[in-house]
Amino acid sequence: MRCDFSDSLLQGYFDRELSTASAAEFERHLQHCVHCPVELVDMDLLSERLQLARLYEAAPASLRKKIYADLRPVVPTTTMSRPLLWHWLAAAAALLLLAIAGWKVNSVPSTDDYQVELAEEIVDAHVHSLQPGHLTDISSNDEQAVKGWFKGRLAFALPARDFANEGFALQGGRLDVVEDRSVAVLVYARTGHLFNVFIWPTRERDTSPRLGSRQGYQWVDWRKGRMEFCAVSDAPTSDLQQLQRLFMN
Amino acid sequence: MDAEDRLRFEQLVLPHIDAAFNLARWLLRRREDAEEVAQEALLRACRFFRGFHGGDARAWLLRIVRNTCYSWLEKNRPRELMVEFDEELHPRPIATPESIAIADEDRERLSRALESLPPRVREILVLRELEGCSYKEIAAVMSIPIGTVMSSLSRARRQLFSALTSSNHKEAGREV
Repeated sequence: MRCDFSDSLLQGYFDRELSTASAAEFERHLQHCVHCPVELVDMDLLSERLQLARLYEAAPASLRKKIYADLRPVVPTTTMSRPLLWHWLAAAAALLLLAIAGWKVNSVPSTDDYQVELAEEIVDAHVHSLQPGHLTDISSNDEQAVKGWFKGRLAFALPARDFANEGFALQGGRLDVVEDRSVAVLVYARTGHLFNVFIWPTRERDTSPRLGSRQGYQWVDWRKGRMEFCAVSDAPTSDLQQLQRLFMN
Repeated sequence: MDAEDRLRFEQLVLPHIDAAFNLARWLLRRREDAEEVAQEALLRACRFFRGFHGGDARAWLLRIVRNTCYSWLEKNRPRELMVEFDEELHPRPIATPESIAIADEDRERLSRALESLPPRVREILVLRELEGCSYKEIAAVMSIPIGTVMSSLSRARRQLFSALTSSNHKEAGREV
């Protein structure tokens, strides 16, 4: 059953788009209409269902990469100094601006192409995760809760551990996509810095940690027991190394 | 485009890549197509950025995205634009790691119901319910008078309700 207001004021009232006067008028109507309150509840339920189902699909890292690649060649390279390029990347990520201020070029051990490419994607994913609402799919400092959330979503067992006593507090986890495969991410926080640890299975042999830096973010990558780990943060490299050692223990 | 415009573009428009992709994904129903069309839309946006003078950058970009999507649909899947309400129009399964991993039944049901709606109905629901656009922004993106946003939304919500109930009935029918 519907009422004359169903297609007009009811919608605006639900969406909080009415002027104060119209909203007051509609509220007077609500007091004696038998249909509108029911419809409001239905709309509210539907809206909540849509939110809970997490239908919003964020852009994949590959699209971001292509768009940046499209943009770059248009500007003559002479007018585009490297800091400016970084500045733009930062603008897109908004949060990066802060990191830029403290950008320092670290001396980085040489790494192979695979790792450079990988680091590029991981840093993109890290930056993306810093946007509102993207950091965690499950937000919890409880190891079991985080493990439980990943169970059934991953084809491998995840070493979800909280290192709060050592200064790295578990924030939660999420699924992410790196190099077109699904990876698990554990999120840690320490004194204002966020750490994303990307984890996925590998067939490669164990390696000792390799370090790198990109766009003002540091990363450390290692393989152990047929798993690859890559931790990234804007925190100093020494922090990342400490986190890496905690994972190895 | 000079360096200054470029910087403005990166600051104002690029933060909305997610919004662009999400709208394209729901209009085209396939992630691969959405990626291609969103990329094209961003290129266009970049090319015509000089025409943008302040205002709501997200709405501006979304308008370019939806126009690019519709012209892509006309070229590649013209039948879809004529469909009014096709319950049999089932989406091809979209194999993303997430969709494989997350066995969320309600998400599946909602997403199927949404995808069975005509593109313009789907569009207004995505803009309002997923993207959180105001009526003013919806009117700007869809190029419709602001006065018709309420009635369009009402119709769209009703169609989504009925798509959801009809899929429930179908499932109930199968179980019997």
